[in-house]
Amino acid sequence: MANAPSGNTPRLALRGITKQFPGCLANDSVDLTLAPGEVHALLGENGAGKSTLVKIIYGVQHADAGTIEWEGQPVHIGNPAQARRLGVGMVFQHFSLFESLTVAENIALGLDNPGPMKDLTKRIVDVSQRYGLALEPTRHVHTLSVGERQRVEIVRCLLGEPRLLIMDEPTSVLTPQEVERLFETLRRLSSEGKTILYISHKLEEIRVLCDNATVLRGGKVVGKCDPKMTSARAMAEMMIGTELSSPQRLGPAVEGAPMLELVRLSTTSIDPFATNVKAANLTVRAGEIVGIAGVAGNGQAELLAALSGEDILPDPNMVKIEGKPVGHVGPRERRMMGMSFVPEERLGRGTVPEMTLADNALLSGYMVGEFAMLSSGMVRSDRAQDYAAKVIKTFNVAARGHHSLARSLSGGNLQKFIIGREMMFKPRLLVVAQPTWGVDAGAAASIHQAIIDMARAGTAVLVVSQDLDELFELCDRMAVIYHGRLSDTQEAKGTSVEAIGLLMGGVFGQQDEDTNAAS
Amino acid sequence: MLRLEARPQPSRTMVLATPVLAVVLTLIAGVIMFAILGADPLEALYAFFIAPIDNLYGLGELGVKATPLVLCAVGLSIGFRANVWNIGAEGQLVMGAIFGGWIGLFHNGGGGIWVLPLMFIASAIGGAFWGAIPAFLKTRFNANEILTSLMLTYVAQLFLNYLVRGPWRNPQGFNFPQSKSFDDFAAIAPMFDGTRLGFGFIVALVAAFAGWLLMSRSFLGFQIKVAGLAPAAAGYAGFSAKRLTWAAMLISGGLAGMAGLNEVAGPIGQVVAVVSPGYGFTAIIVAFLGRLHPIGIIIAALLIALSYIGGDAAQMSMNLPVAVSSVFQGMLLFFLLGCEVLIRYRIRPRLRAATG
Amino acid sequence: MHHDTVTAILLSTVLASTPMLFAALGELVTEKSGVLNLGVEGMMLIGAVIGFVVTAATGSAILGVILAAVAGALASGIFGVLTLLLLANQVACGLALTIFGIGLSALIGKPFIGKPLSALPQLHISGLSDIPVIGPLIFGQDALVYISILMAIAVHLFLNRTRQGLIVRAVGESHDAAHALGYPVVGIRFLAVMFGGAMSGIGGSYLSLAYTPLWSEGMTAGRGWIALACVTFSTWRSARVVLGAYLFGFFTIAQLHAQALNVPIPPEFLSMAPYLATVLVLVIISRDATRIRMHAPASLGRVFHGG
Repeated sequence: MANAPSGNTPRLALRGITKQFPGCLANDSVDLTLAPGEVHALLGENGAGKSTLVKIIYGVQHADAGTIEWEGQPVHIGNPAQARRLGVGMVFQHFSLFESLTVAENIALGLDNPGPMKDLTKRIVDVSQRYGLALEPTRHVHTLSVGERQRVEIVRCLLGEPRLLIMDEPTSVLTPQEVERLFETLRRLSSEGKTILYISHKLEEIRVLCDNATVLRGGKVVGKCDPKMTSARAMAEMMIGTELSSPQRLGPAVEGAPMLELVRLSTTSIDPFATNVKAANLTVRAGEIVGIAGVAGNGQAELLAALSGEDILPDPNMVKIEGKPVGHVGPRERRMMGMSFVPEERLGRGTVPEMTLADNALLSGYMVGEFAMLSSGMVRSDRAQDYAAKVIKTFNVAARGHHSLARSLSGGNLQKFIIGREMMFKPRLLVVAQPTWGVDAGAAASIHQAIIDMARAGTAVLVVSQDLDELFELCDRMAVIYHGRLSDTQEAKGTSVEAIGLLMGGVFGQQDEDTNAAS
Repeated sequence: MLRLEARPQPSRTMVLATPVLAVVLTLIAGVIMFAILGADPLEALYAFFIAPIDNLYGLGELGVKATPLVLCAVGLSIGFRANVWNIGAEGQLVMGAIFGGWIGLFHNGGGGIWVLPLMFIASAIGGAFWGAIPAFLKTRFNANEILTSLMLTYVAQLFLNYLVRGPWRNPQGFNFPQSKSFDDFAAIAPMFDGTRLGFGFIVALVAAFAGWLLMSRSFLGFQIKVAGLAPAAAGYAGFSAKRLTWAAMLISGGLAGMAGLNEVAGPIGQVVAVVSPGYGFTAIIVAFLGRLHPIGIIIAALLIALSYIGGDAAQMSMNLPVAVSSVFQGMLLFFLLGCEVLIRYRIRPRLRAATG
Repeated sequence: MHHDTVTAILLSTVLASTPMLFAALGELVTEKSGVLNLGVEGMMLIGAVIGFVVTAATGSAILGVILAAVAGALASGIFGVLTLLLLANQVACGLALTIFGIGLSALIGKPFIGKPLSALPQLHISGLSDIPVIGPLIFGQDALVYISILMAIAVHLFLNRTRQGLIVRAVGESHDAAHALGYPVVGIRFLAVMFGGAMSGIGGSYLSLAYTPLWSEGMTAGRGWIALACVTFSTWRSARVVLGAYLFGFFTIAQLHAQALNVPIPPEFLSMAPYLATVLVLVIISRDATRIRMHAPASLGRVFHGG
């Protein structure tokens, strides 16, 4: 790959881009220059201003100050259609796809002049073959896997013949093998002279893929480097601004009694967009942390609803807490048996955004006898307030107090509040979904530490996450969920990212052989 | 150009200021409307809003009209908080009038002071029964309660028509579609001489207080609020959406039913074909105008009641169409809903990007 | 039954269904764009009164229908401003629009109560309309009936065959994704809402110009709500909207004929038929949650704030 741009004119040059949001300076005088054929990484933590910057390039947001030059000409990018006409394509982090429409319809919506459907279908097939992105134009998007959906997004961009392709966290939902395939596609694109702006916080990927990197922190450019020559640790410290600390483990897991057992757990959601769990078996013992890896949309949501009690199961014996069947009872009863639950959706499920933290303490704390937030049908709001205040203090939640609305907290602080709220009940079984997804590194580290401490104190912990690094850091054992099927667990120490990655891609049979060969 | 900017916390000032702002805007629009209708706006506003209540009888009428509005709106507001859109309060009101009226007519010519309390209970059961049908259809079959509760309103009204034209018609009533009058023990007497205001008004105030207690202090109220604001969070917490739907429909149906009885046993004194000039629908406006809060609902109900008697008075004194009241009510709700944006958003001038 | 009776029932079914068909087609497009406008009843009433008043004043039914459509669109414009620009709750605003429409139409129509008007002329295609039963049914209707059928076909083609229709569906499916791709979500929805209003206005004017033809307060008698039920009944597919509207129209007419035939059931109970049928149909359709989920616009009723 050519490190040096062909010609001297940069494809895109940003100078002094500044964007102010209420209460937050998202971009502070950012300069960025991209050459033709270059793969450029934009690095930074959540909230560093990466997304805002690319939205400005794509015309979704408008800068308050600064200039944009496209191939040497100053331009004003008023909206995405203008950006596309210039030659900017973008693949979104949260895919901008329409579930009930077909692949071809989705692609047509992303093009300014799609032409007749028949020709478009042919062009889709051509492009997807040329870049190894297999797609069936007539399928409905809701039937596609996450990896396939991303292909739809990429093909949609490529049909617009962009000269700059922006990829926003493209690998966060892919298996390691899918990531490798994506990189091959991106390398081919760059060899054709297309510029790629690659946004990520995954440093190893950037070192493998990118020619240059710009690091953002707090809306400012804090450094530029050649990622192939810079260590991941050095880049991480640029991103965070301080040194990294790894969580402390106090000794190995103690083999305790089974706290949670799944016995041929199968869900029967009638939602046509759901992935039902099929005959899952799993045991989580007191004192250990078990992880479930998998690409989003493989049945995690359905599994979690069955665990929390939001989804009532046909057979009570499918879920057991401390040996007692609970499949037929709801969240309230399961909590009374010592289970706490941290859902993936923080706003709207884990908390009520428009309610105060005190009310949100009551949300899941009402049945915990010890705190007695209820008396004869009435709410003891003083006790709910005390509880919320205690969570805020113990878990260092940055909030003005128990009267703050849940939606006013940052993602990391809200997650600390929810995890704190669930932990202060002193559960004997803790189920956590995506503990640090979208959370800044500081908060993530403290959340990880709290989970490990809780387990070492004798609580059984089940973590469901898409983040393999996180699972390897936390877990004693790991399983993978794929198309609703749950694999057997593996000792975290005895397995590798690659082995788990194969499972995440659905290669269950081969994995079993590997395990057998190893044992 | 203007744009909306989300506030970090809802503005408490605006929560209180928006209804006032909406009323002011409605009055301005009213002046324009009167001018279009060819009436002197100031005279019309006076005839509409001041003249009707410058005497004791008028004040009493204010309470008479506010009573069913408060009863219905308190119930509806509880449902709206839970995202249960019962808009069939009118039908539940009619059913309450039928059930309660039946007890009253049944004891015509022989009964005691226990009849009236029994009628109230029957009316609450009747209204709750009519509210239970959409609740059942929603929780069992997932059928939209907006449409079912509304369709049932037409059914209830037709059923009442059948009763007063058929089995319940007063043989001595010159073929008018109305029942015999209730006996004294089955009728609500005025509390003050010179007015028609009965103790139903007290019942409405008690209902508002109970509604306040329920929503701001009880755990059931908390569950209702959570279910309305974030249904998934309610599921996570283990609050049963079906149970809350039932609770909201039964409470609002029961209160609307009592409102219906208060009409037939109170100001009307017998069962007639039309027991309400649309109180059940107007209560929707009252509930929103009162910000779904019982105290607000009482104030809003008095205001809307004024628009009712003002409409009657303006019809008589200035020959303005009585429909002016509904136009006022509709405009008021429009302005209120429009102004509500100020609670959660600030209006800012749109900044133009300063790109090259 | 004599075939004249059959012809009469079928003919009047077409008459009774047409107002709901117009309104339901409009609401279908509105809902497809992700907006739930419960103000159909109010917009129909406004259309009914404007259509009647204009026709009575000018003698031109064509002008009456056109201005009814304009009035319906303007009324829905109020709803659009509130829900799309001021981000107000769609359910509440729809109810407000209905209440407002009931009041405003009564106010405007007051001087016209009880005044007669000649009904829209039927188009007779000589020869064809003389065929028994299907002759008058297919070839002897007034112009608006044919227009309603053409509109159903046009809406179907628009939603499923055109790029603009695809964009409307996309906005209704995910306003965030549509916004990210640069589509003007609010503008598209506003047009869809105005179209719904115009169609409701035409539907209302059909009531006061062709179906009865006279003006009386609240003359829609729940037809706007039944039109909303038609859209749910159709699970958001245009062909089924036609079916739904004709089904509900048939219930209305069937009970009227039953009353005329002195069926030993009190007329009030017979009059309940269209309303009870609506409830029944809603229950049957809604039981299948999977189908609703597959076809309902995913953003329906949700507030969009593009920033």
